[in-house]
Amino acid sequence: MSLLNLVVAVCLAYVAVLFLVAFAADRLAARGRATWLKSPLVYTLSLSIYCTGWTFYGAVGYAARSGLEFVTIYLGPTLVMVGWWWGLRKLVRIGRSQRITSIADLISSRYGKSNLLAIGVTILCVISITPYISLQLQSITLSFSALADFDPESQYSEGGVVFWMTAGLAVFAILFGTRNLDANERHHGVVTAIALEAVIKLLALLAVGVFVVWSLSGGVEETLARIDASPIGTWQVDGGRWASITFLAAAAFVCLPRMFQVMVVENDDERHLRTAAWAFPLYLLLISLFVLPIAAVGLDLMPAGTNPDQFVLTLPLSQDRPMLALLSFLGGFSSATSMVIVAAMALSTMVSNHIVMPVWLLFKGSGASVSGDVRHVVLMARRVSIGGIMALGYAYYQLSGGGAALASIGLIAFAGIAQILPALVGGLFWRGATRLGTLAGLSVGFALWLWTSFLPGLGGGLIPEEVMLHGPLGLAWLRPEALFGITGLPPIVHSTLWSLSLNAAAFCIVSLFTFPTPMERLQGAQFVNVFDHSAGPSGWTGSVAKSEDLMIMSQRILGAREARSLFAQAAAEQELPGQLPEPTPGFVERLERVLSGSVGAAAAHAMVGQIVGGSAVSVEDLLAVADETAQMLEHSSQLEAKSAELSRTARQLREANEKLTQISLQKDAFLSQVSHELRTPMTSVRAFSEILRDTEGLGAEEQKRYATIIHDEALRLTRLLDDLLDLSVLESGAVSLNMREGSLADVLDRAVAVAGAGFDAPLSVNRDRAVEAIALHTDLDRLAQVFINLIANAQKYCDAEAPALDILARVRADRLEVDFIDNGSGVPADVQAIVFEKFFRVSAEKAGGAGLGLAICREIMQRLGGDISYLADHGGGAFRVSLPLAQRMAAE
Amino acid sequence: MNRRVLLIEDEPNILEAIRFLLTREGWQVETHSDGTDAVEVVRQAGPDLVILDMMLPGRSGMDILRDLRGIDALARLPVLMLTARGQSRDRDMAEKAGVSRFMTKPFSNAEVLTAVRDLLAQATRT
Repeated sequence: MSLLNLVVAVCLAYVAVLFLVAFAADRLAARGRATWLKSPLVYTLSLSIYCTGWTFYGAVGYAARSGLEFVTIYLGPTLVMVGWWWGLRKLVRIGRSQRITSIADLISSRYGKSNLLAIGVTILCVISITPYISLQLQSITLSFSALADFDPESQYSEGGVVFWMTAGLAVFAILFGTRNLDANERHHGVVTAIALEAVIKLLALLAVGVFVVWSLSGGVEETLARIDASPIGTWQVDGGRWASITFLAAAAFVCLPRMFQVMVVENDDERHLRTAAWAFPLYLLLISLFVLPIAAVGLDLMPAGTNPDQFVLTLPLSQDRPMLALLSFLGGFSSATSMVIVAAMALSTMVSNHIVMPVWLLFKGSGASVSGDVRHVVLMARRVSIGGIMALGYAYYQLSGGGAALASIGLIAFAGIAQILPALVGGLFWRGATRLGTLAGLSVGFALWLWTSFLPGLGGGLIPEEVMLHGPLGLAWLRPEALFGITGLPPIVHSTLWSLSLNAAAFCIVSLFTFPTPMERLQGAQFVNVFDHSAGPSGWTGSVAKSEDLMIMSQRILGAREARSLFAQAAAEQELPGQLPEPTPGFVERLERVLSGSVGAAAAHAMVGQIVGGSAVSVEDLLAVADETAQMLEHSSQLEAKSAELSRTARQLREANEKLTQISLQKDAFLSQVSHELRTPMTSVRAFSEILRDTEGLGAEEQKRYATIIHDEALRLTRLLDDLLDLSVLESGAVSLNMREGSLADVLDRAVAVAGAGFDAPLSVNRDRAVEAIALHTDLDRLAQVFINLIANAQKYCDAEAPALDILARVRADRLEVDFIDNGSGVPADVQAIVFEKFFRVSAEKAGGAGLGLAICREIMQRLGGDISYLADHGGGAFRVSLPLAQRMAAE
Repeated sequence: MNRRVLLIEDEPNILEAIRFLLTREGWQVETHSDGTDAVEVVRQAGPDLVILDMMLPGRSGMDILRDLRGIDALARLPVLMLTARGQSRDRDMAEKAGVSRFMTKPFSNAEVLTAVRDLLAQATRT
């Protein structure tokens, strides 16, 4: 059996083992029996996908070319794990509480669930990572060909190997990466397989290292001596490069989609980070321990021109250790495959969630029901995305034809991914960071990275030599590797410096000058203050707690009563005792609909999402939204107030109009009455004066009689005009009262005398003068006028055979009351209410005046602070005059 | 021929003045001063002309006129209506109700005599 066949067989067997392990782990996890699967050890090992085929082979090559500088690649992550574990913890906590599925999702979520940002980050990642994936394919191919070179019987097609390799990895990723729909449900199978691969690659590198140090060099000291002797032993540190690459490695460690996948998405328990904080640097230390020895010995022993990237493989082969080489190959294979699988999974999640699904939904139309088949569609989208990404990597590999040094493509990818860092870190720690700021920063960084790093780094003449040397259109300051005239920097340093600094600057400046939307503010608070109000690692559980949270939130928004009735109704529908329903999808959806009526769809979705998604919504979070809501409420209450005011004004106008109409009618009636009262005596006057003038031979008797009528009617007119004037003065309030001291008896004496004058048969007036000795302080003349009117009325209207009027005075509760009661039939019940109206007369025949007397009385009494009323059921006509006795009440 | 005029007016002085004028002209004048039974009085008296005041106690002259016009025998009886209210609306209403002549107080004696003469002449011609 040839070595190559053996390698193929081992590879197939190895892949089969991986399948079995992944499958078994998935099964165990599904049964909940795989506690060891969720151990910090597995988590730490899974982080080792940071070490790809590039690290496995490339580190030695890197060391062989640049000496110790390769350490920067390990230094970055180590610094992050040791010095920034608290930042990672925040990231993990947010990832869990927000159900983050990818780095694109994280950025989009943080900045108000912006789909534009998600798409941007996704595209950035795909562009950065695709060459990186083809790099892995290349490393496997190279190692394969290295083995083949030592096998005289080798007969294989390189293209075929790459193709089948790619297809196999795609199948693996699809099988284990898309078993579950929810990206937040962890892929235990894949993670376990990766952990196994981490062990394999570490063991392989250690084995080669041990072989090199103790077998080839003869011991540690000899090895050190060899290193010192080799050109890489010279201690050359380019500070700029070191810092740049360390920084890039650190940034990439946090931002790489596959790292985010294993570190955040696949994290079972954030306490695992505590272990990983020391265990992962240890792993890195171990895996990099023998890099320098292998490089030094390789340079020493291997013929000049041998690719140092393959030393790990070619050294054992050259020493005729095929089994060790096989193990080494397996290590490299593990590194490459694990990276490809996880990267493809992570990218496919992003592509399907942020690009394929939105497009599919767009084409499906908003009217389509998005419930039944959507699950199937999402899985399909994810599988297709994995296939697409792998195909892209394969295509890129075919197009580029390989050849470029592995490390340079890796660094370019790092620099691309690092563009996400400002948005990520800003999002975690700065509430003022906005979506537009992020968009600006990412765009600037992405463009600069493409121009200064990606396009020149790919080679293949993507940017013409002319442009590289003199800039586009001869603009020297735009030269890709000497931007703004800065020359003399290594390309990677130059690119990192410009792209990241301008990215961060754009991010900060635009953020400062733009305002976050409510959604951004809510998400910002959720992210930045995640520790203040999200449950710990073993926090919330149980649906009742969620229902309670929903209830509390709904009460705040809907008001207690409406919320309670909504929940009680839902509980009744679910046939549950008590007031709290299970938060079933149906209920949650309904609640969200109801809430969106109050606070808008986005806010309702966010708030319900926070609770159903797991973490309790704190008051502070709600405050951010409440700012907006308060404005909305204020606006609506203003509108309400305005509409209330409007309807009040309308009502007032209507009332005023009615009043005016009434007044107008009254005025018409009044004028018509006045006209009538004036014209009637004038008619008599005119008629009789014409008779006197025109009639010849009128008897003296008749002449006198007619002249008397004229005289009486003239008096009547005068009286009417007096009354009208009097009433008008009283009504307008322009009357001046002549307040004097006096006694009731005197006023009544005067009134009786005046009223009785001129009547042939004055009615008998019954008084009790002793009782009437009441001191008054009022307008005595006006009061007398009232009394005169009342007595005259009795005189005119009392229909008794022997008309009599009782005048009864008394003091009751500081008020003087004087009743005028005659022995007639009184005012008919149906007109008692209107006796005080102007021009009212009980009967026309007996009317001496115009019917203004009682109206005037009422006005006078109101001016005096008293009252006049008709007393029903007092036998005859009965009026009561009442007057306050504020100052004087005692009889003298 | 001695014509008979029925004068319905509640104001005694006006009543006396008109009665004096018409009597002097040779007409036979009957008077009534209450609105309530005015229609019945007209019917029984069967006058050649009615002088009707608008504002009467008990019933308004307008209502009385309408009732009269509703009775076949009295539909074409000349009615001279007097009013002390100076509103044109009243004239419109009266004309609609079928008044023969409408006159606003105060009037000159000559006006009243002319109106009564005209109305009686028309009634004779037809």
